[in-house]
Amino acid sequence: MSQTLDTAWAVRWLRASAAVIAENRVALIELDRAIGDGDHGENMDRGFSAILEKLDGEQPANPGAAFKLAAMTLMSKVGGAAGPLYGTAFLRAGTAVGDAAELDSAAVVAALTAARDGVVARGKAEVGDKTMIDAWTPAVDAAAAAAATGADPAAVLAAAASAAESGAESTDPLIARKGRASYLAERAIGHRDPGAASSALLLRAGADVAEVAA
Amino acid sequence: MSVGLVIVSHSAQLAAGVVELAAQMAPDVVLVPAGGMDGGGIGTSLEKVMTALGLADTGDGAVVLADLGSAVMTAESALEFLGGPELVLLADAPLVEGAVAAAVAAQSGASVDVVCKAAESALNPGGTPASGLAPAPGGPAAEGAGSAVGHGGPEPAGAAVEAVLTLINPMGLHARPAAALAGELGAMDVEIEINGVDGQSVMMLMTLGAGQGTELAVSATGPDAQRAVDLVRREVEAGFGEI
Repeated sequence: MSQTLDTAWAVRWLRASAAVIAENRVALIELDRAIGDGDHGENMDRGFSAILEKLDGEQPANPGAAFKLAAMTLMSKVGGAAGPLYGTAFLRAGTAVGDAAELDSAAVVAALTAARDGVVARGKAEVGDKTMIDAWTPAVDAAAAAAATGADPAAVLAAAASAAESGAESTDPLIARKGRASYLAERAIGHRDPGAASSALLLRAGADVAEVAA
Repeated sequence: MSVGLVIVSHSAQLAAGVVELAAQMAPDVVLVPAGGMDGGGIGTSLEKVMTALGLADTGDGAVVLADLGSAVMTAESALEFLGGPELVLLADAPLVEGAVAAAVAAQSGASVDVVCKAAESALNPGGTPASGLAPAPGGPAAEGAGSAVGHGGPEPAGAAVEAVLTLINPMGLHARPAAALAGELGAMDVEIEINGVDGQSVMMLMTLGAGQGTELAVSATGPDAQRAVDLVRREVEAGFGEI
């Protein structure tokens, strides 16, 4: 068990995220086609592919720098609402951890919390609106609860990922109150929010690569 | 130098078109489009927005206008990346009307705050910041009921300066002269109505649709009232330089 996560973990997380988004590109497109404009998988794949290219060219100095690299890239390359939302999440997470070389459980919770708060600030969504926040807020709560019991960073991330997955599932019966799906009213019922789904994928990727390290 | 504008849109063509339209009324204002994605296609790009901000702010600041949801978020993200620059404001305004109103205000040399407010009041020009006479909500109520007695009239002293003028140029009060008039009047300390609408608002002047031969009833109050009416008379009688 490792008590901290380092820059190598952050880079592995970004690479694993790119892989899992590429794998789920079509699935995300299908989710978004049902209740949105159908470009979420395409946009996310383009953004994370661009992150891979950046990572091939430069080695971030610390986890915060890795998060900021991801933020800048996603904001520039994703195009749809997911760009500024995920971009802000990574930017705020990067700011929250500063230039620390290693992140303990408290730092992981602080990063996740800052990320969630950034998404809220940008998208103005609340839990129950059928958005990314339905994955993020339970994830932050679960991460904080795990850290409070003394869990190591990998376990904190695993708790966050599981809560995000349940949170994404919880969007199925909801009527959307934000974003393009809100125009569909009841027709959105029965479909999972693509942003909540991709959020769960990213958090699970972060947890998986942390366990490998631990 | 003046305040610059950045037009953020999902579509490169739309951003360029808004710039083209607004530039017609603001030849000296730096207007920068930031539309579409880096590699073309529909979407918004942080890099494009940040590059545009660098070009638009020539020292007096810049106002950013954006079209739909994620364009607003991209613009907000750009400001966050830049650390919230003091002289860059994001206007909560309709893209086309706001850009035109902001460009006219910038052309008249207004500050970044005033340019931003001009954009934000583009659909409701009754409350143009230049007038400054709209009572603050809650202000009178805060004074309490008793103080209503005896407040006979804090009206500005001096009667209104009025004139009735006839448009002689073939195109009447179209976009260019409306912008020029509103711009010059906006820089004056005056309350001026032209056929019942705010003379400091280019959008309201254009809604008059006043063609050749139309009579304009001008009424102004405030320290610059005489100057303002003289300016309108001079411009109208000169056919806005078009005859």
